[in-house]
Amino acid sequence: MNTSPARRSIEMTHQQLPPPALEVRNLSILFPAEGGTFHALRDLTFSVQPQEFVCILGPSGSGKSTLLRVLAGLLPPSAGEIRYADGKPPRIGYVFQQANLMPWRTAIENITLPLELQGIPRAQARQQAQELIELIGLKGFEEVFPRDLSGGMAQRVAIARALIQDPDLLLLDEPFGSLDALTRERMGSELLHLWQVRRKTVLMVTHSISEALLLSDRVLVLTPRPGRLALDFRVPLPRPRSDEMRYTAAFGKLSRRLKAAIG
Amino acid sequence: MEISIPNLNNLKPPLGGEAGVSAWLRRLRLFITPISLLLALLIWEGLVRIAQLPAFILPSPGRVASRFWQALTDGTLLRHTSTTLLEITLGLLAGTLLATVIGYLIAKSPLFEHLLAPYLVASQAIPIVAIAPLLVIWFGPGIFTKVLICALIVFFPVLVNTVVGLRAVPQELRALMRSLRATPWQNLKYLEIPAALPVFLGGLRVGATLSVIGAVIGELVAADRGLGFLINVGRGQYDTALVFVAVFTLVTLALLLYGVVILLERRMLAWQSEPYKRNGHKILD
Ligand SMILES: Nc1ncnc2c1ncn2[C@@H]1O[C@H](COP(=O)(O)OP(=O)(O)O)[C@@H](O)[C@H]1O
Ligand SMILES: [Mg+2]
Repeated sequence: MNTSPARRSIEMTHQQLPPPALEVRNLSILFPAEGGTFHALRDLTFSVQPQEFVCILGPSGSGKSTLLRVLAGLLPPSAGEIRYADGKPPRIGYVFQQANLMPWRTAIENITLPLELQGIPRAQARQQAQELIELIGLKGFEEVFPRDLSGGMAQRVAIARALIQDPDLLLLDEPFGSLDALTRERMGSELLHLWQVRRKTVLMVTHSISEALLLSDRVLVLTPRPGRLALDFRVPLPRPRSDEMRYTAAFGKLSRRLKAAIG
Repeated sequence: MEISIPNLNNLKPPLGGEAGVSAWLRRLRLFITPISLLLALLIWEGLVRIAQLPAFILPSPGRVASRFWQALTDGTLLRHTSTTLLEITLGLLAGTLLATVIGYLIAKSPLFEHLLAPYLVASQAIPIVAIAPLLVIWFGPGIFTKVLICALIVFFPVLVNTVVGLRAVPQELRALMRSLRATPWQNLKYLEIPAALPVFLGGLRVGATLSVIGAVIGELVAADRGLGFLINVGRGQYDTALVFVAVFTLVTLALLLYGVVILLERRMLAWQSEPYKRNGHKILD
């Protein structure tokens, strides 16, 4: 009965809060494999509140990316269902592990892409992008092609691209996975700052316990194949948070607890 | 060595430590082509004089030059060149258009690929020179046949590169476009065309050169105008200088077409090149 704390926390939020932004019920994903099929995700149930920041932790191959792909509508669920607040799939901002920029578009053109796809005139799109560029600290790099951007800068462009259409749901798949430790920490702080300015519902996959603690309201831990919900951990740190919190005793204690829980 | 780079934080080193040597090499390169051309002309002239070859075997450079001037001033050269150029242009356009459309369908649908693959492979096994007379029998000696041969010869390299280019579109970018709910048309415009363009233009570069060959094959088989026809005329009258004039004109046409595609590549693929090349320092392509 080790899933009962998670169940209880979901029931509690039902009573206290507005309807969840996202509800995942008994979600399973099956992939074909030699001699049959295998479960990448099995019987996953959780919900996410509007403007909640949720991190997903789990070993490689536990289906974290698969979960995000299902939530983004890139992959149909094999069983179970996903419910969104207004009944229809929301506008989604997706950030991949690699920046995944279009090499033939400059930084600003990459950021405006989602708006152009919505038919918003270029001039207006550029104006909106300009605001974001200042917010993410890339002023002066508007007309630079991706090949001339550093890893951290490219990833910031990717985040700006995900934010520009004002998504209802932000999905981040190990967005800082390819960065060095220092850059990664700085990007984490920047993301924290961004989220405090523009509150979004966020689901973020990460391997870093401290990143998860600093950023999120809740941490979902998945088991190795097949991915099931092992733990639904509410982060008791107060908001607003700042980078310095990483170095407090309470933070250290929490990381130890979370680490022990993951095993 | 200190290099100040404005704004960009990870430029590749523009010109390495041996900047002095490479600058000298660059200057030499500017002259090396003219020098080699001049040398070739001298050897040619020397060969004609020493071996005392008759003009119908090998005319001297001077003779070819004066024959060129004559053909230019009496309008012969222009008339025939414009015919060949028209055939090349139409053939290149038609072949490229067809190859792009069919290439897109093949890249998109395995069904199409299986349907067409045997014919495409077979068509490559048939030498175009061998079926050119057949095409003349079917479609007559007019311009249409030449355009057709041109298009056929251009078709394959452009087709292959279209397919390869489209298949190489990164899956991650496809996922991005899907997460943004892009329509198929938007997918084509914003992702597939720009992503496939470098490989596609590579095919076009080959196609452009081949199209000249296509036109000449057609004209050599049956024609009453065009540079291929001019070569036939020159041969028939032992006017070997005229053959040279026609051949050189053909080479010039091919180089011009090639140059146009290179120019297209530089304009459309500026994002691929090193920043310092983008600013006009590109030496070789
Ligand atoms: N399209 C697919 N077809 C088959 N198997 C897949 C596919 N995508 C992912 N998998 C498998 O599903 C499991 C979970 O993958 P993934 O979601 O990428 O894990 P994570 O992101 O947690 O490392 C892995 O074993 C992976 O090989
Ligand atoms: Mg993953």
